[in-house]
Amino acid sequence: MNQTAAARADAARGAPDFLKIESIRKEYDEVVAVNNVSLAIEQGEIFALLGSSGCGKTTLLRMLAGFEVPTAGRIVLDGQDITALPPYERPINMMFQSYALFPHLTVYDNIAFGLKREGMPKAQIAERVEQMLDLVQLKPYAKRKPHQLSGGQQQRVALARSLAKRPKLLLLDEPMGALDRKLRERTQIELVHILRQVGLTCVIVTHDQEEAMTMADRIAVMREGRFLQIGTPSEVYENPKNRFVADFIGSVNLFDGELVVDEPHYCEIQTAECLFHVGHGVEGKQGMNLTVALRPEKISLEPGWQDLPYNAVQGTVAARSYMGSYTAYEIELPSGRRLRVTVTNVDRYEEPYELGVRVTAHWMPSAPVVIVE
Amino acid sequence: MRRFPWLATLWTVLVYGFLYLPIVVLVIYSFNDSRMVTVWGGWTLRWYAEAAADQVVIDALVLSLEIAVATATASVVLGTCAAYALTRYRRFPGKGLFTLLLNVPLVLPTVVLAMVLLLFFVSMEHLFGFPQKGFTTLFIGHTVMCVSYAAITIMSRLREVDPALEEAAMDLGARPSQVFFLVTLPAIFQAVASAWLLTLSLSLDEVVISAFLSGPGTSPLPVVIFSRARLGLNPEINVIGAVTVYLVLAGLLLASVWMARRAKQRARENAALLRQAQVEALTSSSAS
Repeated sequence: MNQTAAARADAARGAPDFLKIESIRKEYDEVVAVNNVSLAIEQGEIFALLGSSGCGKTTLLRMLAGFEVPTAGRIVLDGQDITALPPYERPINMMFQSYALFPHLTVYDNIAFGLKREGMPKAQIAERVEQMLDLVQLKPYAKRKPHQLSGGQQQRVALARSLAKRPKLLLLDEPMGALDRKLRERTQIELVHILRQVGLTCVIVTHDQEEAMTMADRIAVMREGRFLQIGTPSEVYENPKNRFVADFIGSVNLFDGELVVDEPHYCEIQTAECLFHVGHGVEGKQGMNLTVALRPEKISLEPGWQDLPYNAVQGTVAARSYMGSYTAYEIELPSGRRLRVTVTNVDRYEEPYELGVRVTAHWMPSAPVVIVE
Repeated sequence: MRRFPWLATLWTVLVYGFLYLPIVVLVIYSFNDSRMVTVWGGWTLRWYAEAAADQVVIDALVLSLEIAVATATASVVLGTCAAYALTRYRRFPGKGLFTLLLNVPLVLPTVVLAMVLLLFFVSMEHLFGFPQKGFTTLFIGHTVMCVSYAAITIMSRLREVDPALEEAAMDLGARPSQVFFLVTLPAIFQAVASAWLLTLSLSLDEVVISAFLSGPGTSPLPVVIFSRARLGLNPEINVIGAVTVYLVLAGLLLASVWMARRAKQRARENAALLRQAQVEALTSSSAS
């Protein structure tokens, strides 16, 4: 998986460490907001910082923008050390969560604001602003004030304004935070399309894992000021490095167990519920304690209680919710814990399992993943 | 109340009568053809002519206006600086103390403030020969009082302005001074303007500080009126009062006409935008 991601990146992109964050640390009084994080981002990459509130992602973004000064560490952009540069001298622009459009200026003047500060000639400014208005499809709205626009239009003005100066790095702070759900899904794809068109390097801060997975090439999951895992959306989802990441991204069933067989191509783990036969090896000693993560969509249900040697549990249907594209079940196991299972509704006439019915849940060896940490 | 609607009407009439009847009487008596303030002697304009020729009153009025404009301007400039520092700077030693001290002139009895200022200026003059009582002392005294009002008015607006606006400006390449003049000031402009008007009227109205700090030959209008009133009222005082009322009425009228016109213009703009949006919706739905 790593290799394909790297190959794809090499083909499409430039410098591999266009943006380098070197052991950045930020302390407020006694509180450590960002704790010695390092990161390299490629030119043209869309990178997401994902985490719940207070994990330090916003502080890190604000240090990139120049609104916060790191306590220690360096930020290097395109070979230039920008750690000590004030925000108005950085070749970086940011789209704010609240959009922060200047209420007293028209759409045109909002977009032209940064260009005027550069001292760009008037004719050139007009040309660039037109270009930006075209890009975000807001040409008829140039003379309006921000309060005369809808939320989606305001967001596009904010984007146009942050792109107008052709920054080397674009920062997006919760870009979809203020939009409603339906609009959000459409806008995410539109936004990525525009970013690819411009070929911009971009760092997104978000608490919404779907948003991060839709938009980003790579995701860094943050918690308590540290990166827990950095990888492509599928790496982070399918190969979570620890329990927190597994639980934070999507929904998961976690089992504590003991390693009983460890071969190069498979391993077996005994848990309280069943024996797991996992299709990949782990580096560990026999008898060590491990966690097995099993995603709900990778489990199948069969009617009745069947005895299988491994990768199966027996239980009864305890809860069911119909979600349209899939049905989510909770299966109560003999031990009392509940197993989350989702079944895709491929057939319109499919009969769902009734509550209280006995079922067997089983899965392939390639379904679970072992978390060593 | 609901059972006796006339009671509510009566109450309203009483309240407004209590507020405005004295002013109406004052205006009527400014046309009184009599030496006595309280005895009606027929209509005349003679007191208006007399007031217009009264150099003491005119000098006092001009001085009052000069002081008021200078005070309002200085208060707004200093008040904006104070408000900006107290709301935007994260923390600096003595921030809490400064915030507290800013409120002191509001709650301190004016007499005490005036006394303190007088003592201060007297000892200053004793030590350095500056400032002599007059315009300078009046200006400084009024400003000391008015700065608090200006700062508090502006501060409450500045707190509402999203700091992200200023960050966005900086992010787009504006230096701190540009950020202030291009983004912060337009955002708080209304508050700055109303603080200017508020301090202007406070200064025009101020008697106590003025009485303590005015020097020989430099008495602002309220002090002149006050001293004349002690000597015995003259219909000319009514004229001065009446003229003030005319000016205030004219100002209010102009402001409301201007506001009505702006509201109308805004309504027209919004209607046009709505129509445009409808047209767009129609054309896009017919296209698809």
